Amino acid sequence: MITFDNVNKRYESGQDALVRVSLELDRGELVFLTGHSGAGKSTLLKLLTAIERPTRGSILVAGQNLNRLRNSQVPYYRRNVGIVFQNHQLLFDRSVFDNVALPLAVAGCNRREVGRRVRAALDKVGLLHKERQNPIVLSGGEQQRVGIARAVVNKPAILVADEPTGNLDPQLSAEIMQLFADFNAVGVTVMIASHDLELIARQKRRVLTLQAGQLIYDGIPSREAAYP
Amino acid sequence: MGFRAVKQPTRNPGAAVRNQGRTPARQPAGADSRVRAAGAVTARTRTGDRLRGWTGHHREMAAEALRRFFAAPMASGMTALVIAIALALPAALQLGLVNFQRAVAGWDGQPQISVFLSKDARESAVTSYVDDLGEDPRVAAVTYISPEQALEEFQQSSGLGDALAGLGSNPLPAVLLVRPADGVTGELESLAAALRESALTDAVVLDMAWVERLARLTELGQRLSLGLGVLLALGVILVVVNTIRLHIESRREEILVVKLVGGTDAFVRRPFLYSGLCYGLFGGLLAWMLVTLGVALLSGPVAGLASSYGSGYRLEAPGLSYLLALTCGAALLGLTGAWLAVARHIRAIEPT
Repeated sequence: MITFDNVNKRYESGQDALVRVSLELDRGELVFLTGHSGAGKSTLLKLLTAIERPTRGSILVAGQNLNRLRNSQVPYYRRNVGIVFQNHQLLFDRSVFDNVALPLAVAGCNRREVGRRVRAALDKVGLLHKERQNPIVLSGGEQQRVGIARAVVNKPAILVADEPTGNLDPQLSAEIMQLFADFNAVGVTVMIASHDLELIARQKRRVLTLQAGQLIYDGIPSREAAYP
Repeated sequence: MGFRAVKQPTRNPGAAVRNQGRTPARQPAGADSRVRAAGAVTARTRTGDRLRGWTGHHREMAAEALRRFFAAPMASGMTALVIAIALALPAALQLGLVNFQRAVAGWDGQPQISVFLSKDARESAVTSYVDDLGEDPRVAAVTYISPEQALEEFQQSSGLGDALAGLGSNPLPAVLLVRPADGVTGELESLAAALRESALTDAVVLDMAWVERLARLTELGQRLSLGLGVLLALGVILVVVNTIRLHIESRREEILVVKLVGGTDAFVRRPFLYSGLCYGLFGGLLAWMLVTLGVALLSGPVAGLASSYGSGYRLEAPGLSYLLALTCGAALLGLTGAWLAVARHIRAIEPT
């Protein structure tokens, strides 16, 4: 599903964010991406969401080479990648419903279909009863769940999350992780960047560890082996 | 491989819902060819739905532009008023010009050709020549002034009666005053040439000076209003560019999110283009109201002035065609301004 082949990313400032990173993700996998801040987690996710382009090497997503993606094709590519942000990036000038409906409006979905899909997504994250509210009145955990609903409403094949539990307490974090596991269970490929090592350890999933832009660990950790 | 849900129906969560009642083969081929050419990325909505979604979005954005316009009535109103004032100036000048032309058209400003007849011309020949001219379609009226009449008129108007009386014989020739028919202004020269060719005529004088001056004056006015119009239209565009730029800045967050969930540049541009259109439309409407108000205020004094000259002339108010031209023109300017603003600023807002 996702293939990184010797990917290098050097920013204009001269900083090498990723150095010869190669990895492969199968369809329907759930992996954690971890490492210290500045290790290249965000850069990897930015490459995956076509926010940045690799300096060298190639990235294949579902058979599509991101290097050859024209700027005009980027929006269409992104419709197949759900993105969950640490600060959830909700718009506070509209209701929860309208926030979740945004990817569908962008894709030109008709109104009836929008209503159906948005409610299905909100139901999934357990916030159907709050669709009319403004997200600003919701708690942090609820806001994050709205963000997740928005990311999955378009039924993307890939779900990418950048520190989705960054600001949440352990119990809420576990709930959010369960949500990702649920989506993964129905076939969505999920990549979660996180530095919450305890939480990751409990999931017993494949972990990719980055250090100074290099991939230093790739596997399902037996214990603390993955965390230098 | 790929996002094509049908190929992996068991593993893709959306497959069952998404492909109800259709197969990819039945999807019109041209619809997503651009996307499909890139590889596995496919849009997941049917073409008909997308078209409906597209027109729906246009409707929504138009409605939203109106809503936003009235959500801040003071700010929007002031911008619209600036546009209105800028447009009302050339529009008023243009209207004044039209009224001026209408006013002078009513005056006896018709060109006139004076035909001085040869002294040797016989009375009978002159009479038949006058009859001939009367039948020419280019001629509206012919007035014959005999040498005696001409002398009398000259004595009266010049006050040189005594001096003229001292002359032995009448030095003045007979004159034909030819008034060309309406609408032959372009053929005046050829008419004058035809008159010149006659054996009876001594000299032909075309009283063109008045006509020409009027035409020049009108042209000058038109050029002025055109120049002013172009400059002020440019001003309107700049006002809209600046206003839309502020709109874009204030909705930066939203633009970023829309781009991250797959919004095309066209999708992001749309609300701002409608906002620009809105500013133009209301500006044009206000401009028309300003001009109408101005005409209403001036029509009293103008009618009074006209009646003092014994004319029933009335100032013409800007009609429906003015309303249409002003609002459409202004809306177009607003749209242009918005285009310039979004072309410059929306591309600069990219997620990082």
